[in-house]
Amino acid sequence: MSSGKLFVDAVSRVFPAVREGQPVRALEPTTLSVAANDFITILGPSGCGKSTLLRIVAGLDRPSAGRVLLDGRPVTGPGPDRGMVFQSYTLFPWLTVAENIAFGLKEKRMAPAEMRERVAQYVASVGLRGFENHYPRQLSGGMQQRTAIARALANDPEILLLDEPFGALDNQTRGLMQELLLGIWERERKTVLFVTHDIEEAIFMASRVVVMTARPGRIKADIPVDLPYPRHYTIKTSAAFSDLRARLTEEIRAEAVAAEQGAAV
Amino acid sequence: MAFLRPLQPIRQGPRLLLGVSFFVLFVAVWAFATLGGFVSPTFLADPLTMVQDGWILLTQYGFAADIGVTMWRVIGGFVMAAVIAVPLGIAMGAYAPVEAFFEPFVSFARYLPASAFIPLLILWAGIGETQKLLVIFIGSVFQITLMVAGQVAGTRRDLVEAAYTLGAGDGGVVRRVLIPANAPDIAETLRLVLGWAWTYVIVAEFIGSSSGIGHMIIESQALLATGQIIFGIIVIGLIGLASDFLFKAVNRRLFPWRLA
Repeated sequence: MSSGKLFVDAVSRVFPAVREGQPVRALEPTTLSVAANDFITILGPSGCGKSTLLRIVAGLDRPSAGRVLLDGRPVTGPGPDRGMVFQSYTLFPWLTVAENIAFGLKEKRMAPAEMRERVAQYVASVGLRGFENHYPRQLSGGMQQRTAIARALANDPEILLLDEPFGALDNQTRGLMQELLLGIWERERKTVLFVTHDIEEAIFMASRVVVMTARPGRIKADIPVDLPYPRHYTIKTSAAFSDLRARLTEEIRAEAVAAEQGAAV
Repeated sequence: MAFLRPLQPIRQGPRLLLGVSFFVLFVAVWAFATLGGFVSPTFLADPLTMVQDGWILLTQYGFAADIGVTMWRVIGGFVMAAVIAVPLGIAMGAYAPVEAFFEPFVSFARYLPASAFIPLLILWAGIGETQKLLVIFIGSVFQITLMVAGQVAGTRRDLVEAAYTLGAGDGGVVRRVLIPANAPDIAETLRLVLGWAWTYVIVAEFIGSSSGIGHMIIESQALLATGQIIFGIIVIGLIGLASDFLFKAVNRRLFPWRLA
């Protein structure tokens, strides 16, 4: 059954009731299989449980039922085999760009020479040469997220998890970051799970878009994106892209409406 | 351009000028009240007498040695407190069961006035140095513990989560995230509590002491030498100011990422 890299097996999450409120069913039992080297985007309206699903895969949250298998082994907690990039800026502010990227390598007790080489390689691949000794607060939001991607990738994880990493960036920067990440993926062919609520972003990078319903979240559609790689940003104006966008817009719209009505009740 | 505007920063030159001018104003009012004859010299010496008395204290009565003794007591008691309180505070902030075990007692002990322990400490430890150090220790240790615990407990969760996803274990999170993330705030706490430690040492020196700035002040009271008392108080203020500058300079050096 779990032929892929990652297998999410009937995972659900219920947050216990606070005070006299109702328990919140954030995630209905969800099953998802991710093949090696796939780039999957999870698309859904705000509060649909897509981040909860990602956090469970990362091991930062526990499922109420079900399990997550990575290469056939159950996930029991966070670990370096699943690199994570968060929506908030999570660089360690007391470390420079280079030291941030080396954080996981130090944890692995990598030899200093090898570490320097690895850090230099990833500094270059996210285009931050010359900024190695800058502290995070000296960087723009886009540069901080590039560092965060480099920090996660330098650890050589089995799978890269990204939780709306470009959500706080302006439109132009976001476009550039998508190209950067896509370029890295096309070179390294990491397995990627990318959560977003941006339809264009979801289509542009993904080999598969998984659409989730409004809370309680569950998978509504699983749509392959058959646009050829390597992709250039001009693909966003192609007819095939527009068709996908129209289709996904329809799917998401229904969910957004449902979410709004759910919130109103 | 408006002169006063909320949160508008000020340049270095005007800042220095304004800071110094309040000192000047303060001394001017003092001089006017005393030299002008509005206040009896029995109760408040004028600035010139104060300087004269200070000079006599330093040159004829070996007051420099008293200053040295008091500084050593403050630093000694404070270092002892910090050595225990900082690790304990970090452990409390990091581990909830440790916090649950110590927090109620430490919160209670924090409200015990250190000066009220002086009679008891004299019974236990005599009137030697141990007693002085213990007063400062008791006055500082609980404060530092609670403040450090609060800071560490308030560490950004997302930084801790990021560290876990990068392969850090529990010990690594404490060592490589909780401690460095809070080091500047801990240093700031130490700076603050060191200021309070000066209050405790002077009170400790009032009772059963034969040396130190506090001892000089209480002796001077018997002699109605208000010039000496004020000189002693000003010396404490100047040392405090100097140690504050030193602390801030060291912090800037140690934690460039805060200001970068």
